[in-house]
Amino acid sequence: MEKQTYSRRFFLTTSSLLATFAFIPESVKAFYSNVKKLVIRPKEELRFLVTINKKKYRINADSRTTLLDLVREQLQLTGTKKGCDHGQCGACTVHVDGQRVLSCLTLAAMVQDKNVTTIEGLADGDKLHPMQQAFIECDGFQCGYCTPGQIMSAVACVNEGHTGSVEEIKEFMSGNLCRCGAYNGIVESIQKVAR
Amino acid sequence: MRPFTLSKPSTISQAVSGKNEAVRYIAGGTNLLDLMKKHISEPDALLDVTTLLSDTVQSAPKGIRIGAMVRNSVAASNSDIRSGFPLVAKAILAGASPQIRNMASMGGNLLQRTRCPYFYDITMPCNKRKPGSGCGAKDGENRMSAVVGYSEHCVAVHPSDLCIALAALDASVIVTGKDQKAIAIPFKDFHRLPGSTPEKDNNLPENAIITSIDIPANAFNKNYAYLKVRDRDSYAFALVSVAAALQLDGLRIREARLASGGVAHKPWRWYEAEQFLKGKEATQATFSQAADIVIKEIKPLSNNGFKLPMLKGAIEVALQNCLTA
Repeated sequence: MEKQTYSRRFFLTTSSLLATFAFIPESVKAFYSNVKKLVIRPKEELRFLVTINKKKYRINADSRTTLLDLVREQLQLTGTKKGCDHGQCGACTVHVDGQRVLSCLTLAAMVQDKNVTTIEGLADGDKLHPMQQAFIECDGFQCGYCTPGQIMSAVACVNEGHTGSVEEIKEFMSGNLCRCGAYNGIVESIQKVAR
Repeated sequence: MRPFTLSKPSTISQAVSGKNEAVRYIAGGTNLLDLMKKHISEPDALLDVTTLLSDTVQSAPKGIRIGAMVRNSVAASNSDIRSGFPLVAKAILAGASPQIRNMASMGGNLLQRTRCPYFYDITMPCNKRKPGSGCGAKDGENRMSAVVGYSEHCVAVHPSDLCIALAALDASVIVTGKDQKAIAIPFKDFHRLPGSTPEKDNNLPENAIITSIDIPANAFNKNYAYLKVRDRDSYAFALVSVAAALQLDGLRIREARLASGGVAHKPWRWYEAEQFLKGKEATQATFSQAADIVIKEIKPLSNNGFKLPMLKGAIEVALQNCLTA
């Protein structure tokens, strides 16, 4: 059997290459990061105040932060759910100044002077909001993932007065999808609260 | 999303002078943020115009002026719009979801980009998103695409419902450009046909901003209908939609308006059918003939031939519904 050998030339090339990489001076590294900054835009940090569930928060966030990511990732209010993140499912529905909106398509920095209510802000201490109670009593959910969005939308639906008929409720709840198919229970819950 | 700066201009002139190709105005954000998340729009800066533009509806004898920042849901429930221009309210309520209507602005609605799947998928060719890359929809998945007014470069349709009603009612779009002068663009000239430049959706002058929408007073508030045919009952884009409005003298049609969504790159008016209806008696037979005139114009693509009978039926039903509105 032939013994594997390394030539002198091989040893010299590899070790000198390794040495070069190991000792790249700081100035070269700084130059590289400057070039990177030119190619990749640096992120924009913003400081602002938001009011969520009647509580004021001082925020330091990337300009790209949506209201959904702010409440979930920074404020640990994880009741609001991320479904599609593209405004197609309604799982992220919250109220801004009493109006239901999609938090995934709202920039956090654009709600500075407004009052935001999430599902966590609905109950009065230990006492559930009537809509939350109705969802439990009428089987308004199965897996529960769409439920916070459904409840926020349902509360708004009642406030807006769109509860005249089953058809009207369905039309005005069409922005909230439920893949378990708990729709009948949801409609029933809304009718119960509207009564 | 690519990082961007966010600022809030305090005057219209400040907004317009701060705008350039790499800057976008943001109002409701319902379309823009989605496009930014998908890397279809990658602005360096956003100008928040939510407190800058008017959010009021002003009614006068010669018509109505709707501020660009009026939210879609507010417009749909405004009493002056509901009584004088109910077709507009009806069209708004046929679009999107209650949440999106609460966010979306009237001005922004006009500037929505197409929902063509090839425009939305950055791995696909699309002349509208990337000029010169080709049109994937022309011989591909074109079930939702145009049946009239398209070109070999683009077969996308305009997604708005509101715009169909505004086109039918001869609205005009008031815009302010770099020169700080307000001009009115007739609605029929606002959106464009794709031709060889499908990357341009409309004729809004470069960097200009929409400040309001004017609708002239009319007598189309009694006999009107907005019919939208879609894949599910609600919260879906139109396969075809029809805005119809009649002015009647007893059973005689004095004036007719007929426009459609889901058929072209811009809100499409059926002028020939309107002309035909004028002076005729409002009967099923007349409506059927008008629908025949409409479908003479259309040339379906490989996968949307169903739009022809669908449109014929929709036109007939919409006109019929005008009588019972």
